[in-house]
Amino acid sequence: MGVILDVRNVTVRFGGVVALDNVSFSVNSGEFLCLIGPNGAGKTTMLRAVTGVIKPQSAQVLLAGKDISKLPTHKRARLGLALTHQIVRPFRSMTTIDNVALTAGHRRIARILTAMVAMDRSAERNRARKYLELVGIDEVAQKSVVGQPLGVTKRLEVARALALEPKVLLLDEPLAGLNSVEAARLSDTIADINREGLTVVMIEHNLGEVLRIGQRLVVLDNGRKIADGPPAEVMRNPTVRAAYVGKERQNAAA
Amino acid sequence: MGIYEISLATVVGINIILALGLNMISGFCGQISLGHAAFYGVGAYTSALLAKAGAPLPLAIAAGMISAGIVGLIVGLASLRVRHDFLAITTMGVGFLFLGIVRQQEFLGGELGISAIPSSGFGKIGYLVIVLILAGFVTAFSLWIKRSWMGFAFDAVADDEDTARVVTVDVNAYKLAAFAMGTSMAGIAGGLYTFFARFLMPDDFGFITSITVLSMVVVGGIGSVFGVIAATIILTLMPEFFRFISDYKLLVYGALLFAVMRFAPEGLAGLARSSLAHMRFKTRTKDEVA
Repeated sequence: MGVILDVRNVTVRFGGVVALDNVSFSVNSGEFLCLIGPNGAGKTTMLRAVTGVIKPQSAQVLLAGKDISKLPTHKRARLGLALTHQIVRPFRSMTTIDNVALTAGHRRIARILTAMVAMDRSAERNRARKYLELVGIDEVAQKSVVGQPLGVTKRLEVARALALEPKVLLLDEPLAGLNSVEAARLSDTIADINREGLTVVMIEHNLGEVLRIGQRLVVLDNGRKIADGPPAEVMRNPTVRAAYVGKERQNAAA
Repeated sequence: MGIYEISLATVVGINIILALGLNMISGFCGQISLGHAAFYGVGAYTSALLAKAGAPLPLAIAAGMISAGIVGLIVGLASLRVRHDFLAITTMGVGFLFLGIVRQQEFLGGELGISAIPSSGFGKIGYLVIVLILAGFVTAFSLWIKRSWMGFAFDAVADDEDTARVVTVDVNAYKLAAFAMGTSMAGIAGGLYTFFARFLMPDDFGFITSITVLSMVVVGGIGSVFGVIAATIILTLMPEFFRFISDYKLLVYGALLFAVMRFAPEGLAGLARSSLAHMRFKTRTKDEVA
């Protein structure tokens, strides 16, 4: 089990605010890693820096041994990084299934000249339907995404990312906004996909689900990594407990 | 058909090509442009200079298309970093820049324009047929692009370009392709206009023309090929049938633009779709009652 995603020395500043301060972590092939931490810890910023959506002040990102730090977002995605958004961003002019069919056909749109002469979408729509079934929203396949409830669009984000057939799936709070039944079902689905070999990095506040399906935790607080290890061990760490429950309650308990 | 009707039909055909070009950029790919007339002008002036130098019509029009496409590609490259209202202002600036340059150049005729452009040599009817064939070709090409995977990727760029990047779409390449194709169409329209009017004035390619073309695209329904064609026909003929409109063209088109964006953002195509759906709904409920 080698390292598939190696993230080194990420520093991100927004104006005078340091969002990430020299953070490094690595993900092993086939692993299920959860990225946790309080609000504003820099988790989303980290995934955006890894995918190149934002430009970090410094960072080195290696995917399967290849340095992708200088590549634009779409090339990193082609090499196998798929990202879902915490605040859903479906393509609003498309139906649910076409949102997924587009990414299922990512090879067809890689070159503009071949995209220009390719017409048939049926093979991609068939594959898209499988992903919609996988996350359980195939009943709204032909419907416009506009007006769909958050429970549907959150799962659509995951289906759209899976259709890219990535090497590493980066999920930004996929369970937020789902009810407990939907959340448990989606996290089971993600865990199943992971068991079939896909490497997953997931940001999640739902600690119950994190502890249930995560294999390793990386904890960020205030732009710094404060812990990295197996869930049980990390949750015993006093620094983590302090960051999570707050120092006052920790003191009050003591 | 009298000469008047023939020339009206020719203008309609030229405007369809012009408007479908802007529809490629703004409708399909979602990139607003307020300077489309500049590319129309680049095509027209290129064709005019070549025609006066003795080049045959196909060569002159092809050169107009290519030169407009190249300028479009350059403007597209320069515009990659700006979006939305900034892109609107940048492209508007390109329109004024074009006029500013043309007005000062002796060899482009300056304020007086270019006159005595040779005739197409096909007669009025023959030329109309050529224009309509090219308009048909541009229509077919637009429909093809819309249905292709390129059109699919354009939809993604128009909807949300940051997300498009995350799902592997090379947004810059697609934007440049849209600019190159759309401005090439404007170049064809410009070349056709040259042989139709046989006299070019800088003001033919000014801001009013850009706004007129934008009105055709928006009123027709951004992205809808047939909606844009319908709006182009209506908006080209309207000032002819109601003379007073041509005196207040900018006012009328401005008001139309505002009204459509405010009350029917999907334009004629959207209105047609919703009334069709409404009719279906009515017949269905009638059936259910019966």
